[in-house]
Amino acid sequence: MPWELDNDRPIYLQLMERIQHDIISGVYKPGDKIPSVRDLALDAAVNPNTMQKALSELERNGLVYSQRTSGRFITDDEELLKNMKMQLATEHIRQFFEQMHQLGFSDDETLQMIQETLRREKQ
Amino acid sequence: MKPILECRGLTKKYGSTFALYNLNIALERGQIIGLLGPNGSGKTTLIKLANGLLRPSGGQILINGSEPGVETKKIVSYLPDRNYLGKHMRVDEIMAYYNTFYDNFSLERASGMLDALSIDPRARLSSLSKGTLEKVQLILVMSREADLYILDEPIGGVDPAARDYILHTILTNYNENATVLISTHLISDIENVLDHVIFLKSGQLVLNASVDEIRTQHRKSVDALFREVFKC
Repeated sequence: MPWELDNDRPIYLQLMERIQHDIISGVYKPGDKIPSVRDLALDAAVNPNTMQKALSELERNGLVYSQRTSGRFITDDEELLKNMKMQLATEHIRQFFEQMHQLGFSDDETLQMIQETLRREKQ
Repeated sequence: MKPILECRGLTKKYGSTFALYNLNIALERGQIIGLLGPNGSGKTTLIKLANGLLRPSGGQILINGSEPGVETKKIVSYLPDRNYLGKHMRVDEIMAYYNTFYDNFSLERASGMLDALSIDPRARLSSLSKGTLEKVQLILVMSREADLYILDEPIGGVDPAARDYILHTILTNYNENATVLISTHLISDIENVLDHVIFLKSGQLVLNASVDEIRTQHRKSVDALFREVFKC
């Protein structure tokens, strides 16, 4: 299945996000070997050079490292993985609050609504 | 290394109208490039010039540093925008024909693709639907180990599922040093597999950029930018 990609943002960024997401959601475990650029590109139905760029960027961030002969691996630096997870979570929260602002809710109102929703679901 | 395809002041006139005017481009190796432009912008003229089917009125077009001819045809695999196969032949006959004609044709690869698309090798070309015939032509072209693939409207006549397969075929079959030049109107379908796009308008170059450069700079897809640039 080709990966779902947005139209208005650079493709390599979206590929990076998808791989990060796969790392967090456990599709890849720390230290796992990841498929070759070509296989990933075929799976995503994107250009191999674009996939290459996405992986190089992930390598620069330290999430992925390559071993000259045996391929690319997910980092086993738990601290780094935890940071990435926190970063993504913060980003989601930020976006959520932004959308709530657009709907005309203040931060306090939004917080109150979250708590109410949680309370209702627990009942 | 010389660019795989280079145009230097390339100009083509039909009578008094310019189909291409002073075109300067160089294509790098190992890329998939979209050749985009509205009808009559010069795409097919450029492709025919690259394949030696037309001669330039001015300037030069070079394939791997040489003018189109016998030597360049060995390294260029070309899919024209119309059917050029003898309709009386069977699919396996045309495969054998290509295998004899081109040193770099892989019969094995071709058979694999026929199988994957469930095309009967014993079928006569005249009995095939338009879409299936297009698939056969693409299989012939992609079964060659070429340096440059030039595909003129490869996905125009086939359904979306076959389109996905064709794009997959292109991605699996070109090697890392080969360049693929694809002319098409169906930009959104192929945008994700392109490195680079070239926009032609009335025979002139209006844009030559990478897909992600366009998305970063204009915050929109190549398809959306095309619709904007060529708004009627």
